[in-house]
Amino acid sequence: MGEQSPVLEMTGIRKVFPGVVALDGVDFRLFPGEVHALMGENGAGKSTLIKTLTGVYEIDGGDIKLGGRPVRISGPLQAQQAGVSTVYQEVNLCTNLSVAENIFIGREPRRFGKIQWGKMRQRAAELLARLDLDLDVSAPLSSFSLAIQQMVAIARAIDVDARVLILDEPTSSLDSAEVEQLFRVMRRLKESGVAILFVSHFLDQIYEISDRLTILRNGRLISEHRIEELSQVQLVEKMIGKELAALEDLEDKAQSNRERAAEAKPVLEAKGLGRAGAIAPYDLTIHEGEVVGLAGLLGSGRTELARLLFGADKADSGEVLVDGKRINLRDPQVAMKHRIAFSSENRRTEGIIGELSVRENIILALQAARGWTRPIPRKKQDEIVDKYIKALQIRPADPERPVRNLSGGNQQKVLLARWLITEPRLLIIDEPTRGIDVGAKAEIQRLVAELSDGGMAVLFVSAELEEVLRLSHKIAVLRDRRLVEELENTADVDADRIMQTIASGATS
Amino acid sequence: MTTTDMTPVTKGGDGPELNRRRRVYKPNTRYVPILATLFLLIVMYSSGVANFRNFEDPSVIVNLFRDNAVLLVVAVGMTFVILTGGIDLSVGAVISLTTVLTATLLKGGWPPLVVLPAVLLLGALIGAGQGAVIHFFKVEPFIATLAGLFLARGLALFINQQSIPIRDALWKSLSETRFPLADGVVTKPIAVVAVVVVLIAAAVLAWTRFGRNVYAIGGNADSALLMGLPVGRTRIAVYTLSGFCAALGGVLFSINSTSGWALQGNGMELDAIAACVIGGVLLTGGSGFVWGTLLGVLVTGLIRTIINFQGDLNAAWARIIIGVLLFAFIVMQRLVTRKAK
Repeated sequence: MGEQSPVLEMTGIRKVFPGVVALDGVDFRLFPGEVHALMGENGAGKSTLIKTLTGVYEIDGGDIKLGGRPVRISGPLQAQQAGVSTVYQEVNLCTNLSVAENIFIGREPRRFGKIQWGKMRQRAAELLARLDLDLDVSAPLSSFSLAIQQMVAIARAIDVDARVLILDEPTSSLDSAEVEQLFRVMRRLKESGVAILFVSHFLDQIYEISDRLTILRNGRLISEHRIEELSQVQLVEKMIGKELAALEDLEDKAQSNRERAAEAKPVLEAKGLGRAGAIAPYDLTIHEGEVVGLAGLLGSGRTELARLLFGADKADSGEVLVDGKRINLRDPQVAMKHRIAFSSENRRTEGIIGELSVRENIILALQAARGWTRPIPRKKQDEIVDKYIKALQIRPADPERPVRNLSGGNQQKVLLARWLITEPRLLIIDEPTRGIDVGAKAEIQRLVAELSDGGMAVLFVSAELEEVLRLSHKIAVLRDRRLVEELENTADVDADRIMQTIASGATS
Repeated sequence: MTTTDMTPVTKGGDGPELNRRRRVYKPNTRYVPILATLFLLIVMYSSGVANFRNFEDPSVIVNLFRDNAVLLVVAVGMTFVILTGGIDLSVGAVISLTTVLTATLLKGGWPPLVVLPAVLLLGALIGAGQGAVIHFFKVEPFIATLAGLFLARGLALFINQQSIPIRDALWKSLSETRFPLADGVVTKPIAVVAVVVVLIAAAVLAWTRFGRNVYAIGGNADSALLMGLPVGRTRIAVYTLSGFCAALGGVLFSINSTSGWALQGNGMELDAIAACVIGGVLLTGGSGFVWGTLLGVLVTGLIRTIINFQGDLNAAWARIIIGVLLFAFIVMQRLVTRKAK
């Protein structure tokens, strides 16, 4: 394959957002007739790279060559004209129109301004036949499954003579039979010389369909491999990377607390809790003073698992017990009444209200728990807020400053403070350390350790394996939306051991 | 090529079989509401024929087109707007502004062949203005056209609050002309205009890119944009079209009554919306046909006809029945669309 010339060649791609280097000298090549997986954890730069290719972002440095000729991609339409088509996870078609129309709308065959329906249907059927599909092209798109809709989107994309087809997480909402069907279509396209860039969080799928893969981490190119050169464990290692252990002492502490935590009484038990399409039914028990870490790749169901425990999504199977008693977790208010707190991973969209001050943001959850008819006296508010600003070292220590002016790490602390003043018995924190600097990370980790020392149960969700290992007493490992293993964080458990589980799924 | 190391794909394996399984016949839910309306119309007509003398006379049906010509034209414009997922509340007010302006200009001695295009252009411009506000400033269609309603109605009242008679020769002759259709059955020019408008609209929706873009926008405007369709242009165009249809409705109104009055067409926007809904045009957009709107107008017209034939029934019953029908049809639309999902 190496002797052939690439259809797409990106060299030294650089993309800078205010304060962040999203892509730092990334090289990427795509050969005709291959499926190439782009791998990396959240924030690795995958989607930024794709967006520079589809014309959503303009690059700040580097070269893009299509078919050996340098190009400047300035917009989605221009990218399409250059032969780069994209099919996104959520199908961007009109389900009220027929299959044929969805393929051809905007480019319908016409004579004297009148659309030639017969010709259009015929051409649509021919095009779909190339993908091995036999559909009633005059039926509305809504009468077909999501997988078929996705393939219609692909048909639309390749009709504009795509040389490069980008499939951004096309399989995330498909069942296994549908995935097989999609793969059959992809193989067909591959045979006809189309280069396919494939993004998926499902490692098995990557290994089934891809010829090569490129790994990114933190906006940098890690390596490019032929698929057979790299085992799944090696791949996961390269994606996650090994971080310098900055806080070894914390880990020791977590180890020493383990005995006590296991004997403590359970705060919350989930039995067969699950939600179709989000997370397979799982059992999980969290004890007083215990930190349970959730490990797994992005899209493995970490957040989905946590949301079920808070009632943010409604489970369709199983039950939740608090103090051994069954509760009907129909919405987050019920969870809050049982003193379960949830600090969201999307702190900007779901947690922090940027326009409000630090004080108002901190008071929010407590006020909600009291009910809005009983306002907390201002003096009491100031007392509480001052205490937590000191305790969590929120900087600047100004309660009246709008939260949006704080750094990411300090916003996270404000969010934590908001939940801590409600004195939860179980604190669920989803990705508290994402996108904040190392110093703030360490402080948040220290805080979690202190809270569990004080008897609080914590469910700690993080993409960073080292962090989970350092803090947790017990680690639950997720893979492909399934809790595959639960293990005590004893001395012999290390990152390799967990990566093994993430990569293979099998418990040893 | 690079295919040497690939296993050949077996053709005719389980692939087509899988597809065949998916290709189960489903009745096209798009046609359910319109068929329901057609059924209702037939039932109403048959019961009319069974209960009243002379109801079977073809002129009953022909007169439906004459009596509802204005509503039909306005409802056709409304259909385009609703298909994109919008709404146009200004049409009734544009009708009254058109009648008043037409009557005033003709009274002032303007030549009728200048007045006619001028008022039609004004209607289109009002529509285009509303469409532009909706598109460029991302204003809800409800709000933008509500403003248009007040503006047009206010202008009409500002010009003249009294009813103004029209004595122009062209208007008079258009009002008095009769086309014989069959023995003893005649119709007026305004009915012919309305039918032509329906035919043109149906053709535009089914066979032009503009028509299909209207459906695409109503189905999913974001997707339509990503598919490279001219969303903004199309959206402005449907409101322009609706404004034009309202002005044309106003002209027909002024011909029919040979007068102009600022309170004419009051509430007509709601009648037009009701006709669309009864005709199976989905208020959320993307689904429906001009034929449905035609049936919807005929149903509301036939209700009035039946009440006329009955003789001793209060005319308010027409509104009550339309109200009940609207509820029934909206619930049916919900059920049908839910099943489709």
